[in-house]
Amino acid sequence: MKGFGYLRPTGVEEAVEAYAAHPGAHYLAGGTNLVDLMKLGVESPGVLIDVGRLPLDWVEELPDGALRVGATVRNSDLAAHPLVRDRYPVLSQALLAGASGQLRNAATTGGNLLQRTRCPYFQDLGKPCNKRQPGSGCGARDGVHRDHAVLGHSPHCIATHPSDMAVALAALDARVELYGAEGGRSIPVADFHRLPGVRPERDSEIRPGELITGVLLPAARAGVPSAYRKARDRASYAFALASVAVVLRVADGVVDQVGLAFGGLAHRPWRAHHAETALLGAAATPAAFEGAVALELDRAEPLRDNAYKVPLARNLALDVLNRLAPAPATA
Amino acid sequence: MTCEKPLDPHSEITLRVNGNPHTLLVDHRRVLLDLLREDLGLTGSKKGCDHGQCGACTVLVDGRRVNGCLLLAVTLDGSEVTTIEGLGGDGEEPHPLQRAFLERDAFQCGYCTPGQICSAVGMIAEAAAGHPSHVTDPAEPSGRPVPLDGAEIRERLSGNLCRCGAYPRIVEAVEEVTG
Repeated sequence: MKGFGYLRPTGVEEAVEAYAAHPGAHYLAGGTNLVDLMKLGVESPGVLIDVGRLPLDWVEELPDGALRVGATVRNSDLAAHPLVRDRYPVLSQALLAGASGQLRNAATTGGNLLQRTRCPYFQDLGKPCNKRQPGSGCGARDGVHRDHAVLGHSPHCIATHPSDMAVALAALDARVELYGAEGGRSIPVADFHRLPGVRPERDSEIRPGELITGVLLPAARAGVPSAYRKARDRASYAFALASVAVVLRVADGVVDQVGLAFGGLAHRPWRAHHAETALLGAAATPAAFEGAVALELDRAEPLRDNAYKVPLARNLALDVLNRLAPAPATA
Repeated sequence: MTCEKPLDPHSEITLRVNGNPHTLLVDHRRVLLDLLREDLGLTGSKKGCDHGQCGACTVLVDGRRVNGCLLLAVTLDGSEVTTIEGLGGDGEEPHPLQRAFLERDAFQCGYCTPGQICSAVGMIAEAAAGHPSHVTDPAEPSGRPVPLDGAEIRERLSGNLCRCGAYPRIVEAVEEVTG
């Protein structure tokens, strides 16, 4: 690891100014991913701007009933927060399905969204990777790609986004709040991460020097039944092979609110818009769920060794949808 | 606007480690684990994978369990660190978990043991504070202490690997203290 300068601003404005003074610097929060990437040589910033202690470590209820989660709230604290557990159970469950107790105690809300892929070719300087070194090729495409994307990948990159939390946030219609030299803005989590296309080095829509300040959980999703289910190679402490976040409200047998997102399948949390459109207003029956999920996953383009992910994701989604749907009234 | 000269790659920090204050000039690259082992001679915390995947380096920072290998020391200025060496307080008596690990023979080679024990200390506090886990029934009301059965202990300690496979006795040792 090469030496670097270290700055610890006390506020958001000061942090953004520090970046302006040191373009190319990296923001550091929990460090659970960035410090690892620095050890591997994948990242080698000249300056770290420590934002881990910024006063953004609260969960706040807004007048309209929405919940704002500060960017430096630790993953463990967010998962345990009573308002999150009671109103957005899918978020608590997704957080608890990720990483380990130690990592969740350090990792932050903002950092979780900005974590990089765990594609082994990305993490190995001796291998080609268009995400790490644009133009060098993709070693995974014809290599070891059992864990890689089946949806939305490109000839340049087949990496998956590793976050569980982001999958839940996508299904919840959450928004990412950002602050940069040009002021503040917010964008839906589902649109925050990108598909790789010809620019796989860009994971998300964040601009250079912009800082995530928080995440907004909408009032409309509060208290709606929701759940997360994840399949992985061991019972705990492993990244998703496939996962699903479902938010589902049924009234009089008809779906009147639905959010469905997949993890482990794509370069971003995969918001299942086609399935959602098919389900909204439809009868909440196992057959309807099956048809809607097929509509989404029929678009999958599996690689040589990861076709198993398609039925795995389908079964996870159907299990959670059927579990969340109230049993039909008996005649 | 860019800076004319590079920033200093060192900073002075103050830490309390096992109750003792230390003021140190640290290279920004120094992670907590290496600071403890190399600069302070506290070799109880172990380096396993050095990438946050094995838990051998687990220590408590301000009472919370973390991976010492992934925390840059410079970010911890003003923190209180507890390592395996400090769990027994003044050192006269072992911590109840240390005693239980000995009595239950909850290790083979012992390399992961300091991390296992520090992780268990942090984990027991988390459960007492009402933190749920992946195996906690989501229907359980929030905010109440979570009872620690075998499944809860296994899930909550999944960030600590034991290559000897001493898991059954590790769970027994923790259950002896929590049960």
